[in-house]
Amino acid sequence: MRAPSSDLPLVLDGVTLQAGTTTILDQLSLTIMPGAPTLIVGPNGSGKSTLLRLCMGLAAPSAGRVTRGGRTDSKPVRRAILFQRPVMLRRTAAANVAYALAQSGTPRSQRAARVSALLERVGLADLALRPARRLSGGEQQRLALARALARDPEILLLDEPTANLDPAATRSVEQIVLMAAQSGIKIVMASHDLGQVRRLAGDVMFMVRGALCEHGAAANFFDHPTTPEAAAFLRGDLVI
Amino acid sequence: MSDQFSAWQLILNGDAALFEIVRLSLAVSLSAVALAALVGMPFGALLALSRFPGRSVLVVVLNALMGLPPVVVGLAVYLLLSRSGPLGAMGILFTPTAMIIAQTILIVPIIAALARQTIEDLWTEYRDELTAMDIGPAGRMTTLLWDARFSLLTALLAGFGRAAAEVGAVMIVGGNIDGFTRTMTTAVALETSKGNLPLAMGLGLVLVAIVLAINAAAWGTRAWSERQVG
Repeated sequence: MRAPSSDLPLVLDGVTLQAGTTTILDQLSLTIMPGAPTLIVGPNGSGKSTLLRLCMGLAAPSAGRVTRGGRTDSKPVRRAILFQRPVMLRRTAAANVAYALAQSGTPRSQRAARVSALLERVGLADLALRPARRLSGGEQQRLALARALARDPEILLLDEPTANLDPAATRSVEQIVLMAAQSGIKIVMASHDLGQVRRLAGDVMFMVRGALCEHGAAANFFDHPTTPEAAAFLRGDLVI
Repeated sequence: MSDQFSAWQLILNGDAALFEIVRLSLAVSLSAVALAALVGMPFGALLALSRFPGRSVLVVVLNALMGLPPVVVGLAVYLLLSRSGPLGAMGILFTPTAMIIAQTILIVPIIAALARQTIEDLWTEYRDELTAMDIGPAGRMTTLLWDARFSLLTALLAGFGRAAAEVGAVMIVGGNIDGFTRTMTTAVALETSKGNLPLAMGLGLVLVAIVLAINAAAWGTRAWSERQVG
């Protein structure tokens, strides 16, 4: 397989996204660099999901420019996204992973071994032949991770993947995400769980009402928030 | 066929003429369902996934064609295949082949319209995920057709029900020739008008039983495979 050119850094330049008369993203300018996980934090409705969809290329800006590795037209071959509620194909767990492998151009002869390795990586080896839609919520989220990793991504975008999961399932998802980050995959993850942000983040983007309020290293964000909104959010006040 | 035989006796005795009629009916209708599925499923999926001017008109027309009168289809196919018609040289009018063609035309809209609806519903669920995986148009179609397979079984059953029950189209293009193009429905019509009610009733019972059995089998298959695949 020909190695595609890099999608990083991912740069948003004055990006605005409107749906009808509602402004979802408001003149957003930011740069996502390779390195430790970037966590996107903010109250519900602040535009986190839309920002991820935009990074993936599933949404187009109304104004402004998105460039990936300096290009505006890169195909999503080395990006993967994990939705809050992933859709399981009506097949077995193994077939779900094999589908993603086939789509990303893995030769047929290597697929079985790769499927086993990926299911092993997310701890679902025992459930390979179980219908995917009959897995529990946490198992489905891990299977979706295996499917995303099957694409051998350079950037992995995650939209609150643990929002509906119990602590044990959350921990296993976080472990997989951390392992992926250590293997060199750039993690960009939306979350409104501050504990999770502390556990995972290298840098934090804090969003309010579609605008980037604060962007900095995680330690700085938690210890010295520079905006009143971020300080209020960290205190646990309601930021609308 | 004489009047003293009751419908049940005909069935229980395994009357050869009756079984030939049943066999031909099933062969024609099942062939038509298979052909119509080959055309209707991809067409329905394509329509579900395409956006072009006039699409809604096409969807409405397709839905309306589900109610196409069999006699009108029969007449159209008759005109095509009759000796002076454009396909008259093939010489297939009043053969089982002509009957299969007519029934296929009759049920393609049913299968295509139901497949379109099913695929479109599934597409709203799958859109983001498949787009994120960069699946092309052909891949989307095959993925959705495969993942909707259990729901699409209902479309096939609707098509089969229509084909097995219709009399107008096979009567016109088949001609109800004894031992050659006589089906259950045309035989029931003929025997009733002749006053041979026992045979007509026997055939009617067999027809209903077969449709019931095929639907039960399909229901069972669907329930079983959904348990397997979820």
